[in-house]
Amino acid sequence: MDKRSANAAEAISAIEDGAVVMIGGFGGSGAPIELIHALIDKRPRNLTVINNNAGNGRIGIAAMIDAGMVAKMICSFPKSSDPRAFTEKYLAGEIALELVPQGTLAERIRAGGAGIPAFYTPTAYGTELAEGKPIAEFDGRPYVQERWLKADFAIIKADSGDTHGNLTYNKAARNFNPLMCMAAARTIVQVSRLVEAGGIDPEHVVTPGIFVDRLVQVPNPQQEEAMIRAGMQYEGGIYP
Amino acid sequence: MSSALPTMTEDAKLSSAQMAWRAAQDIRDGAYVNLGIGFPEMVARYQPPGRQAIFHTENGILDFGDAPEPGKEDWDLINAGKKAVTLKPGAAFFHHADSFAMVRGGHLDVAILGALQVSEHGDLANWRVGSKGVPAVGGAMDLVHGAKQVCVITEHVTKTGEPKLVEKCTFPLTGVACITRIYTSFAVIDITAGRFVLREKLPGMSMEQLQAQTGAKLHIEEPVGDLVTPAL
Repeated sequence: MDKRSANAAEAISAIEDGAVVMIGGFGGSGAPIELIHALIDKRPRNLTVINNNAGNGRIGIAAMIDAGMVAKMICSFPKSSDPRAFTEKYLAGEIALELVPQGTLAERIRAGGAGIPAFYTPTAYGTELAEGKPIAEFDGRPYVQERWLKADFAIIKADSGDTHGNLTYNKAARNFNPLMCMAAARTIVQVSRLVEAGGIDPEHVVTPGIFVDRLVQVPNPQQEEAMIRAGMQYEGGIYP
Repeated sequence: MSSALPTMTEDAKLSSAQMAWRAAQDIRDGAYVNLGIGFPEMVARYQPPGRQAIFHTENGILDFGDAPEPGKEDWDLINAGKKAVTLKPGAAFFHHADSFAMVRGGHLDVAILGALQVSEHGDLANWRVGSKGVPAVGGAMDLVHGAKQVCVITEHVTKTGEPKLVEKCTFPLTGVACITRIYTSFAVIDITAGRFVLREKLPGMSMEQLQAQTGAKLHIEEPVGDLVTPAL
């Protein structure tokens, strides 16, 4: 078994117009910048993007939004140190927003990957984010029904991966990534270090390879927060 | 009001650091604690000597520490406010579903959050002021459920003097009947059975003065303690 792709462009080549795409990361930590930028080069449109945030600065998801590729964001916190890209399109009515509490977002993605169509949570009960959702009482307390969240694709950044797709992550860059790997029909991962099967201790595997479809090695990947602090913006075509 | 106590001047109140210090005194050694982004993070600075809480951050770290020196940041090692942090010995990483299982599942001892308004029923409004602009909720609605104590730390009144402790919140709610204790710039107040119960107040402030700046009735169940902190 070998899930390697030759490069980022080949890894994301199946993502077409109208796809639902989960993108890993929390702010800049765990953001798969090289895969996102390869997707911008291909430029599918009318995408639904699922991420905790809605982009920052002029790179990554913000650059996807600037390029007019995103029809809808599903996220918990569409603000950042430089939220121009999303804010401008949202206030102009050019991008839809489904706002989901952060823990509910994580659990909806987990449920999608685990084959659980809905679950009940105390989160958001009595607030505007629970309007229209079924409510049920368990042991005397009210809970809100939330549905699973699935995607056509997940694009993910991990630290090490082997040819079977087993993954480890770097520090807090783990965040949503193991959940999104489970919840997408096809999961595409960039890894800093790609090793043969057996190169990762089975005791250290965080995401088992069954949840991963394609891997591409990107040694020394860009870090979104560092790029933003350096004032970088994505102009296209620099990740062949 | 005893005439032996110093007179309350109009603007006398605890500083932010003093409020954080007071909240920190109630956190026991070894407690698992989540501090909301912004002002509540200051509570971590004032742990009493000999006590060490373990701090949780929603994006997936237990037992993180202070910011690194400038230039030493690792942007894959951040907290929920997206600030660079460091790790303490015994730290752990985990994914987001586990992180919010810790929150909703009742595993945290204390959560301390900021507030726009808190009602006498324990309702909290702290995520948006109205319906304009881009809404963003993050983990606010999750964090109010599950911890054994869900506390608020806040100025007692707004900058324009409006009470923040009210009968009913007018801003959009974050959660219903979720807050158990409030640390303000004037007082420490518990929420019990849909009532504000006063535990401590500034010694120089009369009951009448405090009640006048509070938007719902303050109840007294036992002798009210003096809210006294170091100069900070």
